[in-house]
Amino acid sequence: MNRLAEHPVLGTYERGRRVTFTFDGEPMEGFEGEPIAAALRAAGVLTHRYTAKNKEPRGVFCAIGRCTDCVMVVNGKPNVRTCVEPLCEGMAIRTQHGLGNGAVAEKEERP
Amino acid sequence: MSDCLKTNGYLLMEDLANAPGVPSAERRKQGPVAIFECIQEIPCNPCEQACDKDAVRVGSKITDRPELNAENCSGCGKCVSACPGQAVFIVDESKGDEAYVTLPYEFLPLPDKGEIVLALDRSGSVLGEARIVRSRLLDSMDRTAQVTMAVPLEWSMQARFFKRKEA
Amino acid sequence: MKRRDLIIIGAGPAGLSAAIEAAQYGLDVVVYDENALPGGQLFKQIHKFFGSKEHRARERGFRIGQQLLEEAGRAGVEVVLGAQVIGLYDGLIVQVVRGDRIERVRANAVVIATGASENMVPFPGWTLPGVIGAGAAQTMANLHGVRPGNDLLMVGCGNVGVVVAYQMLQAGCRVQAMIDASRAIGGYGVHAAKVARTGVPFFLGHTILQAEGDGKVESATIAQVDERWQPVPGTEKTFAVDTICLAVGLTPATQLSRMAGCTMVNLPGLGGLVPATAQNGATSVPGLYVAGDAGGIEEASSAMIRGRLAGLAAARRQGFADSQAAESRGQELHESLDRLRGGPFGERIRAAEELMHKALEKEAACQTA
Repeated sequence: MNRLAEHPVLGTYERGRRVTFTFDGEPMEGFEGEPIAAALRAAGVLTHRYTAKNKEPRGVFCAIGRCTDCVMVVNGKPNVRTCVEPLCEGMAIRTQHGLGNGAVAEKEERP
Repeated sequence: MSDCLKTNGYLLMEDLANAPGVPSAERRKQGPVAIFECIQEIPCNPCEQACDKDAVRVGSKITDRPELNAENCSGCGKCVSACPGQAVFIVDESKGDEAYVTLPYEFLPLPDKGEIVLALDRSGSVLGEARIVRSRLLDSMDRTAQVTMAVPLEWSMQARFFKRKEA
Repeated sequence: MKRRDLIIIGAGPAGLSAAIEAAQYGLDVVVYDENALPGGQLFKQIHKFFGSKEHRARERGFRIGQQLLEEAGRAGVEVVLGAQVIGLYDGLIVQVVRGDRIERVRANAVVIATGASENMVPFPGWTLPGVIGAGAAQTMANLHGVRPGNDLLMVGCGNVGVVVAYQMLQAGCRVQAMIDASRAIGGYGVHAAKVARTGVPFFLGHTILQAEGDGKVESATIAQVDERWQPVPGTEKTFAVDTICLAVGLTPATQLSRMAGCTMVNLPGLGGLVPATAQNGATSVPGLYVAGDAGGIEEASSAMIRGRLAGLAAARRQGFADSQAAESRGQELHESLDRLRGGPFGERIRAAEELMHKALEKEAACQTA
């Protein structure tokens, strides 16, 4: 478990209510309002997307919305910066393939 | 001066020998006293602000190193939690064949009084067993707790941290 | 088009300080920040700051952030969040995206306080999930309460590297090693000492050769470097780590100052290309100021004073603060900044400032010629 219960300087963390979301269809739990990337990291997910040409995995790099390495498809919308996008109840979060908007990527995602 | 701080991240005894913030061996035997392990000229003076006994002086040039007036120091430890660099320790060598070393501590959980821990030197190497004498966290310390451990007298100028014994 | 006395871009330590200072003289001030929360990077700074009482020494960064926000509120500063500035025309027309709308606002003065971004260093495997910026590790642990990993390698031993390594220990991570290609630790010795005494080894004069792992970081290999920064064969060491933190410097965010047409200078001591500025942050574009890391990389304590100076200058430019008191206030701020920049660690900044003056003189000479 990667969540800190108590911190020597910060004490306990103020977290939103517990919500459920899905990651590639699989149900997961997180806290409302925290960045999607934090909820995914806590749940053990490191790969957010695969690059278009070489299909290499990418995850969080800067965590402050600058580098766009962590983008995913959120509720059908591609290229969402998950390190700054707040988590909401029922969000459908999917691994992004390439730019996330091409027919090829969509086909790849379907079983 | 050795290069050890620049290359390994910790001070050697020789680096502290002539530092203005280090009390004499004589003074340490007389009871608790602060040791300022702050030998680089960094822009910082909260230790001076925290002391109400006029025992430490940085002066108007805030990059000067803290200078200890050991006769005024009571070893109260206000400077220990005030130091942003966690570079102040209290050493008391008046306890017979053991020394009390007080260090700043910002980890959880705090050790319990009586707990046996492993004393570490400045490089993090294990010296041997130490006994926790006191753990203190007051509001005024702003989350920088002070832990006092009893170590054999000969480690008084070496023991600067501790780790829990493996369960 | 709406008009404001002063628009500040970025609600970090420099921007908020500029806003507070200017608002005190009666300016109508708005601060735009693209993030959902204000404070810039202050809220992940959980260590006690250096300096003197006037610099808020021994206060932890996140508390300073709270204080600045309260002060800004009391001073009547309007802070607009989720507002991304995408254009700066004639230096003083600000184009800002808010939600789905784009607005243009004209200002009598603008302060750019957009901060910096983290540098990276490429090596085989550097794109693997698990290679993160040191600031990202801080954000995850200190803001969101999520450990970025269990076993870390820290690349870079400047102040960011040593401070973040300590904070990762506080968050319950194991730091397997600290490395830096330089032969000497660049950060404060006291910061390094806090890390070293917990048993973390430092490898100076070492570089990272590669990150290994199947789909994510599983280990990292380092090696010693020679005088020409080349790896020395036979000195390789491999650490089992799941996270590699890069603390290899910061680059000023200059997109807006370049767009506005500021004269730029390349000063490695300030982090690379920066707008040429006078000591109060005034750029070559009249009415346009820069403060904090966007004008050159320095500590947050200095960024706050540089913000104050820019805010004061913006007020004076508009005739809001032409009193004797404002004059001596400027003097006081300059002296306070000089006190922070003293000593051997301030040498880098002092040397860069010197070069900046030379560049400005040259510029002035060209214009009169």
